[in-house]
Amino acid sequence: MAKNWPLARRKENLQQRARLLREIREFFVRNGYVEVETPHRIPSPAPESHIDAIPSGTWFLHTSPELCMKRMMAAGYDKIFQICRCWRERERGSLHLPEFTLLEWYRADGDYYSLMEECEGLIQSVASSIGLGQKIVFRGRKIDLSPPWERISVKEAFHDYTQTSVTEALERNHFDEIMVQDIEPRLGTEKPAFLYDYPAQRGALARLKRQDQTVAERFELYIGGLEMANGFSELVDAKEQSKRFQAENENRQSLGKRIYSMPDKFLAELDEMPPSAGIALGVDRLAMVFLNAETIDEVVAFTPEEL
Amino acid sequence: MYTASDLRKGLKVIIDGEPYVVTSFDFSKPGKGQALYRTKLRNMITGLTMDRTYREGDTFEPASLEERTMQFLYKEGDHYHFMDNENYEQIIISEGSLGDAKNFLIENLNVKVLMFGDRPIGVDLPNFVNLRVMKTEPWVRGDTSKADFKPATLETGYVLRVPPFIEEGELITIDTRTGEFSKRVKE
Repeated sequence: MAKNWPLARRKENLQQRARLLREIREFFVRNGYVEVETPHRIPSPAPESHIDAIPSGTWFLHTSPELCMKRMMAAGYDKIFQICRCWRERERGSLHLPEFTLLEWYRADGDYYSLMEECEGLIQSVASSIGLGQKIVFRGRKIDLSPPWERISVKEAFHDYTQTSVTEALERNHFDEIMVQDIEPRLGTEKPAFLYDYPAQRGALARLKRQDQTVAERFELYIGGLEMANGFSELVDAKEQSKRFQAENENRQSLGKRIYSMPDKFLAELDEMPPSAGIALGVDRLAMVFLNAETIDEVVAFTPEEL
Repeated sequence: MYTASDLRKGLKVIIDGEPYVVTSFDFSKPGKGQALYRTKLRNMITGLTMDRTYREGDTFEPASLEERTMQFLYKEGDHYHFMDNENYEQIIISEGSLGDAKNFLIENLNVKVLMFGDRPIGVDLPNFVNLRVMKTEPWVRGDTSKADFKPATLETGYVLRVPPFIEEGELITIDTRTGEFSKRVKE
């Protein structure tokens, strides 16, 4: 028995994780995507109220590859994906690691609805390739992966699962608490679920819905109550994006957080980005659900505490 | 002063003038939303527990409790008897106030008894204690699967998961902060 038996006993999980990564790549290559790599160290992370970057010298470790990948889209790369490490300061819990693996992809020919369908295809195809089939068991529940998955708007979710409305929750500044306590645990328990059409102020880089400017074309994917992915129709209006970044920075300042310098090159090129949709999916969380893991610790070789 | 990001299992704080101990804790963050710290807290006087969710900027007053080093003597029903190592005074703490600590108390163990005024309201254990395995299934030799845990019952009656190579009668080290197996003790 190895001295480091917690690591030794994760061997099977890590072997499955390796297959999972290989099958994700297979799926995207088969569907005409090009795998790209962008720098992990960047000078200006996207200013967002509640995402904090870890400093690296005078620059930062990226919190997602979003800005660089969008610059590639603006330069004419129209179907790209990336699997990379990302860092977010102070995020640690049973579902969080400060260093984690993200799968991010962009396509120029679709909007957030087409990304939802692509998620269904990706996860179903990967599950069957690694030998899981149509149904998985997670936390004692059988979850059916066969499409179509559930689609529920944020407005409907507040109506179905809470005693308050979205507007009221935002006004009383309880949106996040209600989300975590009353809504998230109920999502994706029989089939995976897409929670979509977020309040406009909850989608700093997303396009507003044409028919209803109070919501952003943004969705989150949930499986077994776990948030898996965040996708949206991209905002490609540089002026509007710059205004939103400034507002996010002001919010950061009022929360006593560090302000990030404007990602000027990204903003300068954004107008050339075609109408697109993009999404980030947590690979560690997907591994958790596929391997029926209780915590994120069980699907990585080392947690920060074990180093 | 503590902030929400200092919250962890075992932390003691004052809420509405009374001491509470964090009995479970998790970090959560709804997509693009703010960091939330979900806790279960036990009132160290009444023993009642409650759920509370905190935000990043929230602050807490640490519960500064006087600590007296005492030896655990014996258990009688749900009363646990301790003796002050300096003045030999004996005190009783109820099982409810001990929380998870009751799983790791063996006779003659030195612990820190926490005093709220004159009142003993709980104990702080050493981070690691050694306890003997009273009952566990034997290990099937040649079974190379490393993925398995098996249950084991300790001399205090506490049941936990141990690696398959641990056998009955062995002494093992437990991390009292997590309640988990730490290592096998060489005797």
